[in-house]
Amino acid sequence: MQGFTYHRPTSVADAVVLLQSEGASGIAGGMTLLPVMKHRLATPLALVDLSGIAALGGIEVDGETLTIGAMVRHVAVADSPVVAAAIPALAALAAGIGDPAVRNRGTIGGVLANADPSADYPAAVAGLGATIVTDRREIAAEAMFTGLFATVLAPGELIVAVKFPVPLAAAYAKFRSPASRYAIVGVFVARFAAGVRVAVTGARPSVFRVPEMEAALSARFDPAALAGIAIPPDGLNGDIHAEPAFRAHLVGVMAARAVAAAGSGAA
Amino acid sequence: MGNVTGIGASILRKEDLRFITGRGNYVADIKLPGMTFAVFVRSPHAHAKLLGIDATAALAMEGVVAVLTGADMKADNVGGIPCGWGITGKDGLPMKEPPHPAMAYEKVRHVGDPVALVIAETVDLARLAADSVVVDYESLPAVVGVLEALRPGAPAVFEDIPDNLCCDWEIGDRAATDKAFAGAAHVAKISLVNNRLVGNPMEPRAAIAQYERATDRTTLWSTSQFPHVVKLLMGNFVLGIPQHKLRVVAPDVGGGFGVKQFHYAEEAVVTWAARRLGVPVKWVSERSEGFVSDAQGRDHVSEAELALDETGKFLGLRVRTLANMGGYLSTFGPNIPTNLYGPLLAGVYTTPAIYCEVKVVFTNTVPVDAYRGAGRPEATFLLERLVDVAASDMGMDRVAIRRHNMIQTSAYPYQTPVMMEYDSGDPSGCLDRALALGDWDGFAARRAESAKRGKYRGIGLATYVEACGLAPSRIAGRLGARGGLYESATVRVHATGDVTVLIGTHCHGQGHETTFAQIVSDKLGIPADKIEVVFGDTDKVQFGMGTYGSRSLSVGGSALAKSVDKVILKGRKIAAHLLEAGEPDIVFEDGKFSVAGTDRSLRFDEICLAAYIPHNYPLEVLEPGLEEQSFYDPINFTFPGGAHVAEVEIDPDTGTVDLLSYVAVDDIGTVINPMIVAGQLHGGITQGAGQALCESAVYDDASGQLLSGSFMDYAMPRADIMPNMKILTHSTRCTHNDLGVKGCGEVGTIGSPATVINAVVDALSPLGITHVDMPAAPNRIWRLIQAAGLPKAAE
Ligand SMILES: Cc1cc2nc3c(=O)[nH]c(=O)nc-3n(C[C@H](O)[C@H](O)[C@H](O)COP(=O)(O)OP(=O)(O)OC[C@H]3O[C@@H](n4cnc5c(N)ncnc54)[C@H](O)[C@@H]3O)c2cc1C
Repeated sequence: MQGFTYHRPTSVADAVVLLQSEGASGIAGGMTLLPVMKHRLATPLALVDLSGIAALGGIEVDGETLTIGAMVRHVAVADSPVVAAAIPALAALAAGIGDPAVRNRGTIGGVLANADPSADYPAAVAGLGATIVTDRREIAAEAMFTGLFATVLAPGELIVAVKFPVPLAAAYAKFRSPASRYAIVGVFVARFAAGVRVAVTGARPSVFRVPEMEAALSARFDPAALAGIAIPPDGLNGDIHAEPAFRAHLVGVMAARAVAAAGSGAA
Repeated sequence: MGNVTGIGASILRKEDLRFITGRGNYVADIKLPGMTFAVFVRSPHAHAKLLGIDATAALAMEGVVAVLTGADMKADNVGGIPCGWGITGKDGLPMKEPPHPAMAYEKVRHVGDPVALVIAETVDLARLAADSVVVDYESLPAVVGVLEALRPGAPAVFEDIPDNLCCDWEIGDRAATDKAFAGAAHVAKISLVNNRLVGNPMEPRAAIAQYERATDRTTLWSTSQFPHVVKLLMGNFVLGIPQHKLRVVAPDVGGGFGVKQFHYAEEAVVTWAARRLGVPVKWVSERSEGFVSDAQGRDHVSEAELALDETGKFLGLRVRTLANMGGYLSTFGPNIPTNLYGPLLAGVYTTPAIYCEVKVVFTNTVPVDAYRGAGRPEATFLLERLVDVAASDMGMDRVAIRRHNMIQTSAYPYQTPVMMEYDSGDPSGCLDRALALGDWDGFAARRAESAKRGKYRGIGLATYVEACGLAPSRIAGRLGARGGLYESATVRVHATGDVTVLIGTHCHGQGHETTFAQIVSDKLGIPADKIEVVFGDTDKVQFGMGTYGSRSLSVGGSALAKSVDKVILKGRKIAAHLLEAGEPDIVFEDGKFSVAGTDRSLRFDEICLAAYIPHNYPLEVLEPGLEEQSFYDPINFTFPGGAHVAEVEIDPDTGTVDLLSYVAVDDIGTVINPMIVAGQLHGGITQGAGQALCESAVYDDASGQLLSGSFMDYAMPRADIMPNMKILTHSTRCTHNDLGVKGCGEVGTIGSPATVINAVVDALSPLGITHVDMPAAPNRIWRLIQAAGLPKAAE
């Protein structure tokens, strides 16, 4: 790894200023950034450590909205009684990320900014229709992810928190990679009064929703409603663990499992 | 008797205090004054001409000490990396043995082939400088698979070996086997792949070299399983350093699994660089570097046929295997798929005629060599899969067909048709106990219960025999070994009765400091904490062959037992004089020398003191001091064996295999420390289950890139894929070493791939599926289920 200067601001405003400087990069838990730096694929001149900013922490419910600060670690979401009460599917999702070391360091803001095609949180963000709050604006879930490792975030733009609408029921079903434990396919299903949302991660360059499934499930929230809805393999990701056709198949299986789990009260 | 730290005691491992408190001393921990840091520039191409290397930018950086290349080594007359085995083909001609330059020049032959060494004052600087070295390659078509490499017109890894064939080897009686097949009632067939693996010891490889001008001595610290052999190979064949001027130290080493039992190019390059530059040079492999430079394991493509009579008796076995050697011959490379494979094909069965041909093939991949089990898991996998196929073909029970063909316990010693003479074993005893422990008979109910949940459940078993305790030098020499395979041990008894053992094996996690101490403790009647076991430093320890092939206990332990016996013998002579008795009247028991039938005795420590303070001592007939040495060369291999049973459940929706239970009953001879044996089994079985269920080194056919080149893609087995294993030993003594020991380091890895896959195939058998290649990973299983269509019949 190459040398860099290190800052640990305590306010969002200070962090945003520091992030304007040439070659600066924010660092949350370092779970993605540090390996990338060790491989010399990124060589930031300055690291702005976000862990000293109290405003990026905290988990709160306000009416029908659960807000999670950008620097909240996966382990904190997994263990939070507040999350468990409001959206237990989200706590379960966090508990299934990577391994204990990753969960102890990794953050929700880091995952969303990084936009890994196999990350879990994007499925929850899209599936619940969350809003990403940054230092300068609010971004709707639909607008956030623009492709492989790509988001609408401007250079130096800081995620502050994520606001999740609380659903009637929800569940996340993940088929994980035997190697990395990222999602090969993860499907988040959420039922709201207004209808059902189905979001898929791992299968394409970024998270996507499945309108056919949403329509079928909005009519009848039952795994059987998904029968006959197939995702075409064209354009799906393929790697040594899962070819596109297998991923396409898994989308159906995981969607049905998520519906079953949400319906059975395991929401 | 009554010795709480002797043979058979599950004492805690002496070495663990330093390991679990972070006080181990690994190569990467070592710091020397003036030390510089080296980083290799490695080929990103699988196959390319090396047109030129421009290090101008690197050399211009402040703090960069040197950039050295293969051409510099050539100019210094550095030799190539030698191969330790020279096998002979069917045609009686020696294998093709192309040169293996320590750093490539002219051509690179696999992704990761080193082309330059960058040395700088810090490791970060060395990395940065290495990134700036411009290498001019002319990319050539690459070949990574054995089938493709043998096709006419395939790219030639070496110009002068146009067919990529290193050796066409055979074992067994071809005519007798053909005859057996001619008279067969049924022939069972299988085609299979034994997947390539990356060893991935927890500690990556590392090397530090230092040259001292004052004494003209060179020291190499290396993560090696056999420092003496590195000293001999590197000093004598590569760098021309006289043996008395070279020291090789392998301190604490964090796992080997075979990966560290070869003389690697990096060791020679770093040592050459330190001598050339006059500064200590340190290299520590990165994990991603290890993926493309640590020798890899397995990688066979095989076809086999088993001839049976109408009762299911095995009449003959015919095997054709293509074995991938990678881009160069590693130290033991050509020995593994031949001598450690073909002679194991009899297994525990009485098959009278066996013929096996192995084509050893060069490809543009990382060299392949021994990896835990080395040849024997491949043989066991092939044989035990084929036996299951035969049972299914003939509508026979899998257990019954094995019993019908098993070598009877009374038939030992047993001569197989493929060289080996098994000295002892009880395969049917192991099988009985494994079936009982795995509740084989109660399986139908469990399968029905799984079926209710929509899951396919399967049970599998495999028997195995392995040859370890490498090896009788006499036989090894005949098979092409260029070294001996004895082991050495010195027992240094101090004046106080404390003992230092100097042993030629090397421990990298197996607990030798404890096991060997227990042998001495048992024999001398002193507690294990009065015994220190020293290994891994060629300046301290007499020449030894190191640790691999489950040899440390059976060969090294036997040398140690002999040395202890010599100490006792000398002790009796001393006692006879001091007690004024005849030597035949002296008995040694419970740590005391006494005159038989009297109450006159001397404690062991009193004898030791007398040996070193010879005031009243028979100098005319006995030398002072108490230190004995033995070199032990076994007269045969040892043959651990056993039977394993596994149960799996498959989720047809996702193709996921869940390993539900694992039972291992192993005959490993005398058990010194049951806890350490259980640990070896747990690790070995998990490694085998890893091969069966998730691990695979996957190369891109076109580019020769390693697609599973990091832990993000290479699926190591984790604790959560394993059930609680049931481990039992069911031992018969080895008949040709004094301790009766056989070895336990590899048995888990040898028995488990076949056992797990037999269970997977059993689970899928209602679909008409008869074989599943490894790893039995979800995508593969899902494909097989798709292709099979609906279940043929509910079981
Ligand atoms: C072995 C392993 C397994 C994993 N498995 C999974 C898995 O199963 N599922 C899953 O979802 N993830 C997985 N991850 C990813 C993990 O969840 C991390 O959270 C993720 O890597 C991001 O890491 P981090 O939060 O530490 O952010 P960092 O690595 O510190 O930062 C990542 C990037 O995000 C930027 N960033 C961080 N915070 C903010 C912010 N508030 N605003 C704007 N930009 C920001 C940084 O500048 C950097 O560019 C895994 C990671 C590893 C190493």
